[in-house]
Amino acid sequence: MHAFDYAAPETLDEAVALLTKQDGHVRVLSGGTDLLAQLKDGKGSPSLVVDIKHIPDLMAFTCDASRGLTLGAGVPCHVINNDNSIQKLYPALLDSSSLIGGTQIQGRATIGGNLCNSSPAADSIPNLIAHKAVANVTGPDGDRSVPVSEFCTGPGSNVLKAGELLVSLHLPAPVAGFGAGYLRFIPRNEMDIAVVGAGVSVVLDGDTIQEGMVSLAAVAPIPLLVKEAGEALAGQSISDDLFARVGQIAEDAARPISDMRGTIAQRKHLAGVLTRRTLKIAIDRARAA
Amino acid sequence: MNKKIVVNTTINGEPQVFLCEPRQTALEVIRETLGLTGSKEGCGNGNCGACNVILDGVLVNSCLVLALELEGHDVLTIEGVADTYEDADLHPIQQKFLEHAALQCGICTPGFIVSTKALLEDNPNPTEDEIRLWLAGNLCRCTGYDKIVRAVIDSAEVMSA
Amino acid sequence: MTASPQYRILGSRPPRPDGVDKVTGRAVYGNDTRLPAMLYGHILRSPHAHARIVSIDTSRAEALPGVYAVATGADLPQLADRVEDLRYTSNNVLADDKVLYDGHAVAGVAAVDLGTAEEAAGLIEVIYEVLPPVMDVHQAMADGAPILLSDLRTDELGEVLEGETNIASHFRHERGDLESGFAAADIVIEREFNTATVHQGYVEPHAATALWNADGRITIWCSTQGAFAARSQTSIILQQPVSKITVNPTEIGGGFGGKIPVYVEPVAAVLSKKAGHRPVKIAMSRADVIKATGPTSGSYIKVKMGATNDGTLTAAKVVLAYEAGGYPGSPVPSASGVVLAPYKLDNVQVDGYDVLVNKPKASPYRAPGGTNAAFASESVVDELASAIGMDPLEFRLQNAVAEGDRQANGIPFGRIGCIETLQTAIDHPHYATPLDGKFQGRGVAAGYWMNWGGKSSVSASVNADGSVSLLEGSTDIGGSRASIAMQLAETLDIPYEQVNAQVVSTDQVGYTDLTGGSRTTATTGMAAYNLGQNLRAEMTRRAAELMETEPETVTYENGVFSSNGSRLSFNEVAEQADASGAPIVGTGTAAPDQWGAAFGLHIVDLEVDPETGKIEILRYTALQNVGKAIHPSYVEGQMQGGVAQGIGWAINEEYVYGDDGKLLNASLLDYRMPTSLDLPMIETVLVEVPWPDHPYGVRGCGETPIVPPAGAVANALNDALGVRMNVLPMSPGKVLEQLWAQPA
Repeated sequence: MHAFDYAAPETLDEAVALLTKQDGHVRVLSGGTDLLAQLKDGKGSPSLVVDIKHIPDLMAFTCDASRGLTLGAGVPCHVINNDNSIQKLYPALLDSSSLIGGTQIQGRATIGGNLCNSSPAADSIPNLIAHKAVANVTGPDGDRSVPVSEFCTGPGSNVLKAGELLVSLHLPAPVAGFGAGYLRFIPRNEMDIAVVGAGVSVVLDGDTIQEGMVSLAAVAPIPLLVKEAGEALAGQSISDDLFARVGQIAEDAARPISDMRGTIAQRKHLAGVLTRRTLKIAIDRARAA
Repeated sequence: MNKKIVVNTTINGEPQVFLCEPRQTALEVIRETLGLTGSKEGCGNGNCGACNVILDGVLVNSCLVLALELEGHDVLTIEGVADTYEDADLHPIQQKFLEHAALQCGICTPGFIVSTKALLEDNPNPTEDEIRLWLAGNLCRCTGYDKIVRAVIDSAEVMSA
Repeated sequence: MTASPQYRILGSRPPRPDGVDKVTGRAVYGNDTRLPAMLYGHILRSPHAHARIVSIDTSRAEALPGVYAVATGADLPQLADRVEDLRYTSNNVLADDKVLYDGHAVAGVAAVDLGTAEEAAGLIEVIYEVLPPVMDVHQAMADGAPILLSDLRTDELGEVLEGETNIASHFRHERGDLESGFAAADIVIEREFNTATVHQGYVEPHAATALWNADGRITIWCSTQGAFAARSQTSIILQQPVSKITVNPTEIGGGFGGKIPVYVEPVAAVLSKKAGHRPVKIAMSRADVIKATGPTSGSYIKVKMGATNDGTLTAAKVVLAYEAGGYPGSPVPSASGVVLAPYKLDNVQVDGYDVLVNKPKASPYRAPGGTNAAFASESVVDELASAIGMDPLEFRLQNAVAEGDRQANGIPFGRIGCIETLQTAIDHPHYATPLDGKFQGRGVAAGYWMNWGGKSSVSASVNADGSVSLLEGSTDIGGSRASIAMQLAETLDIPYEQVNAQVVSTDQVGYTDLTGGSRTTATTGMAAYNLGQNLRAEMTRRAAELMETEPETVTYENGVFSSNGSRLSFNEVAEQADASGAPIVGTGTAAPDQWGAAFGLHIVDLEVDPETGKIEILRYTALQNVGKAIHPSYVEGQMQGGVAQGIGWAINEEYVYGDDGKLLNASLLDYRMPTSLDLPMIETVLVEVPWPDHPYGVRGCGETPIVPPAGAVANALNDALGVRMNVLPMSPGKVLEQLWAQPA
């Protein structure tokens, strides 16, 4: 790895000051599972790495049925996987937090880091979008909130400006009839990057879907919110035909590239398959809730 | 070379102080500075598990942790596993890996044993599927995992008896 | 089968001598060597698949504080043009005037620490003239293809052809009359296959430490499948006599053939010399390993076979074109020995082509060339059986080879156990268990590996307490210290625990060929048997002395020497002989001119997700003639490991290159080896047909199990979905494409 300096600020103000001063040649270290792998690969040569795990706000989370979940950007996946309140209120979030890397990756990796890494194939982002999550950001110009669906701007890039830092993610309290899920397709059964991922949520009223959201990973330069799929779900009763229609919409909306992990045809096809399958999970969870 | 920084940590129950550069990983320092070469580098990017250690009770890839991040924390490496189990020269997991011939070349074995220790602390009676899922981040190229999984099942039985 | 002899130790499952060190992290592997004042090396590698090196400027790297030495190909002795293979070996270690694959080593740096060495490597300025790459055998064999080695000439059936080429050689084995053979067939099937380049995937990256001392002696500590093989290659590359080189083998973290060639050893030695005779350690990164070592060949294979309606094979014609990588030497010769091996064929022709492409120089990989060859032939055999309407195992049994039948190259088989293995498979409960899912399928495939005898030496001393210190030169990758010590203990009629086996350096034991060709437990075991016989004779002589009688009157049974009513145990003789006379030492060697081959038959059940093309392996049974299983756990382990690698090769593993010839997936994230979650338990059935020329009936068992899996999976996939795959890997995307291409 290229040589760099290291800082471990204990307050947000200190962190912002460090991030601002460095003129862009700075990287934030959360779990490090993406950052260190990238630095070893020669992707980026920061002069400073800022470890945010000593800032209490970033390492905390609160979760309750009235206020929802506020998840510090440095909270590792294993904490989410082992927390009863999150499991109970946001079972779908574990679909992502329990499949990012292996067990030992989940010991360090964070959902906040997954979002800030802004990979089009990120396993948590479609799920966060389907949960209507909001990213709380702080920076030299103060605090702001950005819907996760608007956070990523391209492969590896996002709305964070120089000096800005993700503080937390907020997932609204699940409304009655809410259910969600995330599925990805990978060639092995673990330890792969998604060929395609699908995050789906629904709000059910009996057999009618009041509201639905479909978001896809690895089919576009950014995690894709498929608005047409949401529109197609709204107000519809659950039927085989609805599954087929929404799957087709997802397939049509997907605009992937061919690369070593999958072809355009394969990815478009999988976007439909996974959307149908995840929709089923979301509906089942909504009914069980 | 960057200037080196002092890190205070606990390794296998003993206080340890070492000097490192910011760019050095925990694995590099554990192996090269502290001489604990039982943790292996198989891939360097978190995909093989040969470097697994337990950091404050949590299983991590030591190749994806900076040595500086260990400041104030507690690390268990393969070299410390046997001492965590009273009244035995070997930890039951180590004993069962031997008995079941769960290793061939042995390079992945420290990582598997450390991962298994973390598994059985988290879930003392795992099913075969739970074992396979937990260990999916540990690659073994020699055994086809059959004898490893059997050794873990047997370890769990012995330890919970 | 004849009744097998009763053994005391052979067939039991004792712990291995190196076991405790390996479960406690104490075992010292290639990268664990630490020497005083040791420097760290790093290799600069080509970013291009094919380029001419215009210039290399190392001055900035040399000027970096903490750097002790920089070496390039110019620092290696220039080998004469005549000795092409040796020159190629050298050029593969550090490039000469051309780089031939992404990752080809260009320069080495030795520095005070790893970070400095890496930084210095980044300061070396190499100017390349980039050339168009050639990435598969089709491109490489096409007219007008870019040429990798301008001095290469095709060896065409033994004649050297004129003109530049990428085809290093073309050979042919033929017997009988193909035309009449195919004319006699009721059905003829011809299929073409393409398979991807794959890697052995050992978890330990290559690592070596070298000290080129001021007295000219070179000492190397490295992870290698053969200390003597590493010594001889280093000797050639450095043009130093073997008498000046000592290789200390460390523990080895897997090899599968890939740790037979040297890569970093000679570079570390040259750097050590240039760095003022300081020891230099070079450990590869995983990306280095995938880019620059290993792989086994991608291939194009055409198989045509004919059979009569009553299920008799009449003829077979095979073309094998294998990627050699940047320098000649693909495993196509051994592939030609595997491809039709399980079948009795009177009319047969096999053509093999060794073809250069801009990929790393192929190195052996477990039954080299066999998996892709058997994937092709076992797919066609299965299709024939199905076309005739015969059970695939019965069809194989009807055509199975037996002792005395001739291989494609004309050599008759010895005692092989092919029929016994097939019969055991037919009778196995797995084969009779119904499948219970719509998208489930069952497939079978046979496999063969010829194994290798080679040469081995062992030596031992009997200590005063009766324990025996056994020194061997065979790298122990999977428990062979135990299996060899067991054979010595059996021969000496003493407890296994009384033998202490160690693998020692090239200066401490006689010449021993590398651990490969499934030869170690067989041939080094034979050497241990011979050693045991020698020690028994000496112990008998010493017992006779102690009993004041003639050796001829002394018998030895159950660990006790007896003569005319006197009795002395092995340990008593050891103790008293030690007190009264010269130490008891012995040696044993073996170099068999015949050795046992191994047949296997695999049965796999799988389920396919027809919407994603993903294969899930549900149940797997591997049956194999293993000869006498010395340590059954390690035999089972060899079979399970071979199956796992074969499944990886079948389903997901492949080198993925961009159009520019750059490797895209040089990591264990995207080079997808099976995880524990991708495999079921792997059942093994050891069919013990002993090899008659081995004192304990041992035949090699390690390589055969990687041969059948790809064919078995392909046949099961066809059973599940009715699709015949003609590519490896049968990755989800490829299966989907095949499904989409099927007529509805």
